Amino acid sequence: MTATPVLSVRNLVVEIPTRHGVLRPVDAVSYDIHAGEILGVVGESGAGKSMTGNAVIGLLDPPARIVSGQILLSGQPVHTLRGDALRRLRGKRMGMIFQDPLTSLNPLLTVGDQLTETILEHLDVSPSEARKRAIAALEEVGIPAARDRIDSYPHEFSGGMRQRVVIALALCAEPDLVIADEPTTALDVSVQAQIIALLKRLCRDRGVAVMLVTHDMGVIAEAADRVAVMYAGRLAELGPVREVLTDAHHPYTAGLMASTPLASQGHRRLRQIPGAMPRLGNLPPGCAFSPRCDHVQDRCRHDPSPTLDTCDGRAACWFPLRSQKDNTPEHDQEAEA
Amino acid sequence: MSAIIRIEHLTRIFDVSKPWLNRLIERAPRALLTAVSDVSFEIEENSVYALVGESGSGKSTIGKIIVGLVPPSQGSVLIEGVDLATESDAAKIDAVRADIQMIFQDPYASLNPRWRVRDIIAEPVAARGGATTGLAEKLLEQVGLSAADAGKYPHEFSGGQRQRICIARALASGPKIIVCDEPTSALDVSVQSQVLNLMSDLREELGLTYLFISHDLTVVHHMADRIGVLYLGRLVEEAPRDTLFADPKHPYTQMLFDAAPRMDAFGREVDPPKGEIPDAINPPSGCAFHPRCPLAIDRCSRERPEMRRLGDTRVACHLAE
Repeated sequence: MTATPVLSVRNLVVEIPTRHGVLRPVDAVSYDIHAGEILGVVGESGAGKSMTGNAVIGLLDPPARIVSGQILLSGQPVHTLRGDALRRLRGKRMGMIFQDPLTSLNPLLTVGDQLTETILEHLDVSPSEARKRAIAALEEVGIPAARDRIDSYPHEFSGGMRQRVVIALALCAEPDLVIADEPTTALDVSVQAQIIALLKRLCRDRGVAVMLVTHDMGVIAEAADRVAVMYAGRLAELGPVREVLTDAHHPYTAGLMASTPLASQGHRRLRQIPGAMPRLGNLPPGCAFSPRCDHVQDRCRHDPSPTLDTCDGRAACWFPLRSQKDNTPEHDQEAEA
Repeated sequence: MSAIIRIEHLTRIFDVSKPWLNRLIERAPRALLTAVSDVSFEIEENSVYALVGESGSGKSTIGKIIVGLVPPSQGSVLIEGVDLATESDAAKIDAVRADIQMIFQDPYASLNPRWRVRDIIAEPVAARGGATTGLAEKLLEQVGLSAADAGKYPHEFSGGQRQRICIARALASGPKIIVCDEPTSALDVSVQSQVLNLMSDLREELGLTYLFISHDLTVVHHMADRIGVLYLGRLVEEAPRDTLFADPKHPYTQMLFDAAPRMDAFGREVDPPKGEIPDAINPPSGCAFHPRCPLAIDRCSRERPEMRRLGDTRVACHLAE
């Protein structure tokens, strides 16, 4: 891919100064997202997934701040923007979908008011045109009878419908990049399938770049093109979704996959990763995963933490797992069937 | 094996009406929400029975009725042959109460932050006047924590460790049955596997019976021996695990399986299910699933299907075969 990526994050470092020292919830993270591509970001709670998304869209809560690195939107730096310049960009060029659809809508305004406000703010159109576009946006995300529902308040919608409104709101100013932070976590399985299908369709039809933050490996497998696995604020592995999930190079990714119950395994005992993710204030020296890793060697405990660049480009690990593709052909066949 | 829990025609109706004066002024009728509607099933001793369903399907309400936190509106729950709601012999009630414990979803909300772990774990025994010396320490080691943790407070533990404390508390009174209401859905994947393995080990060591309530099909598939699928308060299908997953009979069960994200389904294009769960205050007539069902015929909107037995499966659908 030679085209300029829609989003390019380079060596991003976010720090939070506290009384007990400086924490780094995001540490030297780099990735690109191209137009029409869905990048899945997975990790456990506290891994820095949401913090990365918030840094990109300029919604870090002080005292958290970007201390180094670059965020480029279609080649333009955005991490240096402040105030009005950032506000013009946010919503217009970047849309955000949050986890909880109830708290991300204003309960005192109708959904039509919220949509037209966003459209009028970012696009140069008349109020009647804005209303027309708002109705079209609601129809596009699959809200039945959009013309009648547009003057309803958020509480009059169900959870799934509310999340559709939030997606319409994120997309109504036709952004190039959408950051979806756990968009289906609060929803039921059947509604989740609807929302994932909707996101995929919008991404394909409009060529929007999507950053999909989630902890659900199943959602990633079905929706994402590429996946970034995060651990303790650092990128552990980054690559095409099928390769990362079936043939992990980083022991953490492999452990994560093995500890997820799979329908084909029945009652077999789950493999467990011992311990829990270290707290940010208490990271071990060297690789952050070393205390829990089965393959740990001396170098992992002492050398500065590995990055994708210092290793094989896929996994941030000094001793990436050998390709095991030859041993597990049935897994691939299953996926293709 | 015999049934340790027998549930017969269980129904629970909640009154969600507005206050009396509002009803009078707005001329609004009473609003009754049927959370559980005519559910019958049995749980074998030393087995894992799972209830799955989406939100509003009544799975947590059934769990609460079984442990006695919510009384049933109609029907009965027999635990070891005793109906807690109608039994008059206090000694019998007391004995059954000690045999059944519960683990809740949110380990952050279900531990008192002002109590030491030792007191939290010993409480079910202390409340009944039992001896608690050394009990908490023994249980902490059994669930994979150290005895020295007994003097700490809940905030000093991570989510997974807290859930272990909840399990230790549930084990304190030496129960036979544990009702687990979404025990791992607040936990991360790598911690979830630790807790699930612990629960499997304890079941074998202590001969426990679990009622496992979850919306996560992969977890249910991993843990359960027998599975009941709930939709809008009604049991729509019940079967042994392998039968259910190999050959789901009810259209809702099939829809649920198709919609669940799969880790081996890269870029799968699903035809997402239509519609959402209807309002439990005004459920659809006949079969509650008929407005979303791809197979629905006239009869489905008129007549509520009875539970039928098809091989190992019990299913409530006119058309299943």
